[in-house]
Amino acid sequence: MSAITEEAVDSASIAAASTKRKSLWLVAIRNPNVIIGGVILLTMLLIAILAPFLGTVDPQRIDPAARNKKPGTEITYRLDDGTTMKRVAIMGTDSLGRDVYSRVLYGARVSLAVGVAVSVISVAIGMVIGLVSGYIRWADGIIMRIMDGLMAIPGILLAIALVSIWRAGLITVVFAIVVPDVPRVVRLVRSIVLTVREEPYVEGAISVGTPTWILMFRHILPNTVAPLIVQGTFLAAAAILTEAALSFLGIGIPPEIPSWGNIMAEGRTLFRVFPHNILYPGIFLALTVLAINIMGDGLRDTLDPKMSKKV
Amino acid sequence: MSTETKQPVLEVRNLSVALPKGGDRVHAVEKVSFTVNPGEIVCLVGESGSGKSVIAFTVMGLLAKALKPTSGEILLQGENILTASEDRLRELRCTRMSMIFQEPMTALNPVMTCGEQIDEVLSTHTQLDAATRKAKIIAILDRVKLPEPERIYASYPHQLSGGQRQRIMIAMALVLDPVLLIADEPTTALDVTTQAEILKLVAELQAGQGTGVLFITHDFGVVAEIAHRVAVLRWGELVEMGPTEQILSRPVQGYTKMLISSVPSITPVHRGVRRDGTTVLRTEKLGKTYTGSSFFQKARVVKAAVDVDLDIRRGETLGIVGESGSGKSTVARCIARLIDPTEGKVYLGDTEIATMSAGKLRPHRRRVQIVFQDPYRSMNPRITVGDFIIEGPMNFGLSRDEAMARARKLMETVRLDPNALDRFPHQFSGGQRQRICIARALAMEPELLIADEAVSALDVSVQKQVLELLDEIRVRLNLAVLFITHDLRVAAQICDYVAVMSKGRVVEYGSAEQVFGSPKAEYTKALFAAAPGRHWEFGKFAA
Repeated sequence: MSAITEEAVDSASIAAASTKRKSLWLVAIRNPNVIIGGVILLTMLLIAILAPFLGTVDPQRIDPAARNKKPGTEITYRLDDGTTMKRVAIMGTDSLGRDVYSRVLYGARVSLAVGVAVSVISVAIGMVIGLVSGYIRWADGIIMRIMDGLMAIPGILLAIALVSIWRAGLITVVFAIVVPDVPRVVRLVRSIVLTVREEPYVEGAISVGTPTWILMFRHILPNTVAPLIVQGTFLAAAAILTEAALSFLGIGIPPEIPSWGNIMAEGRTLFRVFPHNILYPGIFLALTVLAINIMGDGLRDTLDPKMSKKV
Repeated sequence: MSTETKQPVLEVRNLSVALPKGGDRVHAVEKVSFTVNPGEIVCLVGESGSGKSVIAFTVMGLLAKALKPTSGEILLQGENILTASEDRLRELRCTRMSMIFQEPMTALNPVMTCGEQIDEVLSTHTQLDAATRKAKIIAILDRVKLPEPERIYASYPHQLSGGQRQRIMIAMALVLDPVLLIADEPTTALDVTTQAEILKLVAELQAGQGTGVLFITHDFGVVAEIAHRVAVLRWGELVEMGPTEQILSRPVQGYTKMLISSVPSITPVHRGVRRDGTTVLRTEKLGKTYTGSSFFQKARVVKAAVDVDLDIRRGETLGIVGESGSGKSTVARCIARLIDPTEGKVYLGDTEIATMSAGKLRPHRRRVQIVFQDPYRSMNPRITVGDFIIEGPMNFGLSRDEAMARARKLMETVRLDPNALDRFPHQFSGGQRQRICIARALAMEPELLIADEAVSALDVSVQKQVLELLDEIRVRLNLAVLFITHDLRVAAQICDYVAVMSKGRVVEYGSAEQVFGSPKAEYTKALFAAAPGRHWEFGKFAA
């Protein structure tokens, strides 16, 4: 008799429990914020990759005859073999006669590279340190005090120091931004690890003798992935802005290499007369950062369990 | 009760509430009708998902937006609440109907004093001046039997105990003398002795004021203690309704019979104590002290467990019962070495493990396995049930195929389909998950199985199955079981020996019959006296 009731109870509770859990990723890519941000970002990425095929000329080519032309001016180019070519400079030229349109498009490469590199590197380093700090209690105090110290270093000052030691370049810039970002990731991962390690399933794994490293990577680490992706997007957006600021200050990417910050720095002196030098790279910069932030917001709404609890 | 002459306080007619699309059923509540008369306590009883809380929230007009009442009416003294405007509902709440909730900590605002929170109710709904309001609040605090009402008035919720907070909630609910009080599992989060006091208080207050009470619970002990009439719910439908005595002793419907039969009796079963097994576990003066270390303050010392001596032999179940904070879980976790004991010894067979280093301990981990309380958090949601069960054996050198073969056999042992091994935890119900956790523990072939409140989160019918399974496994594998519970009824049914813990110490230790039959310690006596429905022997009905 009890077997029958057991069946009945079982089938009821299965019905209650087996409502299908949708994959978070499927939900995420349907979120309008993720779609909007993603589309803009993808466009930027395509622009960066396809820059040579989008009607650009050499972005570093100086042309004294075509200095400070307003957008839409037709310019005659003298090519290396002596022939001439006419083209419309749709975003004008800068004070050295370089084509702003070409520079802005090529500049996307630097910005996106910095964004991706900084977020990937700081998340990777921060994840490992955070995991160790959160799980191995005796290491926690030491690691976190070092992280507090790192966080106290302003990125821009660090960049100035690094440029004076090494030389200006992409790697220096990425390094200078990564150092103060790592502690932010560490804090996030550590806080997640601290809550997850108290979960009964982690204690259960300890009691069946699971070695510590398997415990960390199999049972604890997967919980950090979604928040880290969200954090990664915000780090990327901030890194792109910092890179532009550093280049604008002349301590980032060398001035001959086009980056949005460099273009704006170059256009600063003649901003009142020729605002296009700052306007166009500025629009691209703002649009990219906005797109990343919108996407990050959308991802947080869908991936972060604390946010997704809302009905 | 002269119910004929009086208008019912609450009349629910043919109420249906639709669930959002994609739910497990169409309606959260379907065609439910019942009444609550003045001065009457009506218990809505049912297992999780039966829709009892949905009814309470619908009556209060606090239903989540995703849920929509589709038909029927709810009449509060003849006024239909379902068609009332939001403003009208706000007027009615607290003045004519009030609600108290399960978790008194989260139901109170932590940054306001208790007095201010009750005052908010008064200043919203009345025109009284500040001095009158304060006098009224002090009076109601006195009425809910809170000591030193003046002090309580100025206290923040965190400064009060759980029982006191629930009294504040009751005071807030009753300060304007509503005709209807809805109590949604108000004692579930409380200890048994506190629960008894709160139940007594609710009964006294409603008798004095003639308030109608809609009391929601899953606990038949509470029903027997407090209800005048009972409505049994299942999957949103009303199964059976009638006077308490009739429902509890002469239920008509099969489901009600099954539910009531599942309630464990508080009289221990005679199991024939035999003390011939080898000792599996022995603790000697086991203790755990937490010290809050601080540079600037005097170290705060909390003795979670003091001088605990226990022993368990093969084939025996030892229960540790006690209220929250009594140290029962601390003892279990010390024995499983999930935390390190600070004093005393733990002998596993002949091996002393209390002070063993983590590296040396690993081979002994296999011998003690633990099943936790919360079936939803004790499984990693990202790995399949199969991988979950074989994790332990593979840690100890079994190949994947061997471990899987063992897992299949164990799934049969715990009466689950072995083909379900490649499914994920969310595809199972709470009771099934708990059985999977038992299977995982058994996969390690332990000598001692610790069940730490392993059935406390389960509905009573599922609880019964899991208890039967545990007992069957104990007999079949001649296991030693350490059973931690706060539920005296469960302890009475499954334990050979019982240790009663209070404030970190074992206050009484003996065979179940002895402890339940003739308790010696004052604390044990108080604990038993507080058990809800202790005078009621729940019948066993053939379903």
